[in-house]
Amino acid sequence: MTDTPATEPGALADNIVHFARALRAAGLPVGPAAVIDAIRAVEVAGIASRDDFYWTLHSIFVKKRDQHAVFEEAFRIFWRSRGLVEKMLALLSPVAPPRGEPQKPKAAQARVANALQQDTLRQAKETKPEIEIDASFTVSGAEVLQTKDFAQMSAAEIAAAKTALARLILPVDTVRQRRLVASTARARIDPRRSLRASMRAGGDMIALKYRKPAEIHPPIVALCDISGSMSQYTRVFLHFLHALTENRRKVHTFLFGTRLSNVTRQLAMKDPDEALDACTGTVEDWSGGTRIATALHEFNRKWSRRVMHGGAIVLLITDGLERDSEEDLAVEMDRLHRSCRKLVWLNPLLRFDRFEAKARGIRAMLPHVDEFRPVHSLEAVEDLCNALAGDGKGAGNPRDWLRKVG
Amino acid sequence: MNDETALKGAALPQSIDETLGLLSSAGYVADRALATVLYLALKMKRPLFLEGEAGVGKTEIAKVLSATLGRDLIRLQCYEGLDVSTAVYEWNYAAQMVEIRMAEAAGETDRGELAQDIFSERFLIERPVLKAMRPHLSGPPVFLIDELDRADEAFEAFLLEVLSDSQVTIPEIGTIRAPEPPIVIITTNRTREIHDALKRRCLYHWVDYPDAERELTIVRTKVPGVNERLSGEVVAFVQRLRKEYELFKQPGVAETIDWATALTELDQLALNPEMVSDTLGTLLKYQDDIERIQGSEAKKIVDELKKEIVAGM
Repeated sequence: MTDTPATEPGALADNIVHFARALRAAGLPVGPAAVIDAIRAVEVAGIASRDDFYWTLHSIFVKKRDQHAVFEEAFRIFWRSRGLVEKMLALLSPVAPPRGEPQKPKAAQARVANALQQDTLRQAKETKPEIEIDASFTVSGAEVLQTKDFAQMSAAEIAAAKTALARLILPVDTVRQRRLVASTARARIDPRRSLRASMRAGGDMIALKYRKPAEIHPPIVALCDISGSMSQYTRVFLHFLHALTENRRKVHTFLFGTRLSNVTRQLAMKDPDEALDACTGTVEDWSGGTRIATALHEFNRKWSRRVMHGGAIVLLITDGLERDSEEDLAVEMDRLHRSCRKLVWLNPLLRFDRFEAKARGIRAMLPHVDEFRPVHSLEAVEDLCNALAGDGKGAGNPRDWLRKVG
Repeated sequence: MNDETALKGAALPQSIDETLGLLSSAGYVADRALATVLYLALKMKRPLFLEGEAGVGKTEIAKVLSATLGRDLIRLQCYEGLDVSTAVYEWNYAAQMVEIRMAEAAGETDRGELAQDIFSERFLIERPVLKAMRPHLSGPPVFLIDELDRADEAFEAFLLEVLSDSQVTIPEIGTIRAPEPPIVIITTNRTREIHDALKRRCLYHWVDYPDAERELTIVRTKVPGVNERLSGEVVAFVQRLRKEYELFKQPGVAETIDWATALTELDQLALNPEMVSDTLGTLLKYQDDIERIQGSEAKKIVDELKKEIVAGM
């Protein structure tokens, strides 16, 4: 392909195929069907400018807003001003093509091919070395750049905890939907199924069939603090979340220290160890400091509308020891509380018998939560399961804690 | 124009520029990216998937298309619990039951014929999806599937057949195929992710907030009698809110238009801080956001805007 002069008709298709390969290497899910679509689209669009060409390919290859940046970069590099786009346009345009800009024609082709190869190589490399760099800066700074292993707990401990979490009976909480599904209970008559069954049997009798509202697990959104004081608990709790993610469809998990990261996709991997490795890989501020208000603010602004669909239960796992101002914290907690169905705060500090809600951050957050529970032990996680399933009413009322001090 | 062409509806645009012209002729100010995708969707007969914040003009595109092309607009507003019987088709059960009784009374005994009779198109009630598959006098209709993210995930699966092959399969009757694919526009506010299987069948476009220049054109087209200075200041104010303030809900274009209309109705010729504070409810829809901007902050922005405008002159 490298030797083909760009003025041959096949060059356009070839270049789009190569561009699609570059995109795939960069992580966009571009299948063969999309490539065919793209070639058709470019032919159909009758493109006259670089911009049109860009947006035509964009409309085919980009399927999510986040992919826009990758596409933009790939487009810029791949179709870099070597007159390639102009040549492609000349091929397409019915009028006599204006002489391409004075560029060395032979160099262009080879360089594009090289650029493509280098780009894919660079892309492939880029993902890995970060970890090495991270490892070399493990010690200092407020934001500790490191990738930590969950297995730092003693091996026996983690094994025990893991088996226990896997054996845990997960909450069977459900919410009614407005959709109706088939049912044997005599609830609402389902005319469609009744008549269909009756016709199948000859139409003499109409035996009534019934339906009832569908029930689904409500979505769960977990916000986990990974600052120094919390990382131990979050690590174990992620195992629980992993089991939960496997079990039901809508579980969104976020980790926050000094910044907020969405690890839902990483947690969806089958193997729990791989999943948790992937989580640590994505997060750079493990065991650093924490800015709860900032993290919540970012969540409220960027994510709450996208993941809170359908009455979500929010699990907030943090000790509530806050560096930011308490005023912002109260505002953000209030916002969060009002966008979800139930806000459960899990705080390992509750393991101390004489815990009192005295810290100002804690006092700012408490009025806005529905339940306040410990998460320091397997027992506590079990209690949480029961609470989610709707048992153990009354426990974990945040007002009790406020009253004790107040 | 003779009657036949009037009946058939206008021809599809033949280039990106024509698409742009078509939209602007109906007062919709689009950027080139949107026009490109729209042109491709029309030309390739593929559904168009529009995602974006509330109030950036996603639904409006479908309305404008149906008006300018002279096509029928069929709208499917999605909501939780939407299912096949309200979106695609439903049988008229009462009539079917009567038919069975009549057959019995008449002493008809051919079961097969009865079943075929009962499930014939006579008893079929068409819902939006099926309607969009039917031939229309003015050409393929514009089929708007609005706020798809509000429907349950399970519902998306019903749309796959419609989107890829423009057909609906009813078990008792068979497959109903559209003579020509309708112009399908899907909008979502991204309150949840739509499944990739559905997105794969569409051309995707993220409808962003417009830049200052385009927003100004939009306001001047949409608000008749708006003062030139006022519209400039309104747009500058809104643009600044979007850029510099991390509001919980940023104002959309629809809100900008509302605000400009409100201020025009109040006979304002330019922004003044008190009036801004009083009318902020048309622009911002969350109390937290209003509280933040009201009063001193609003005054600050207005003062800065005035300074900039003076400096710009």
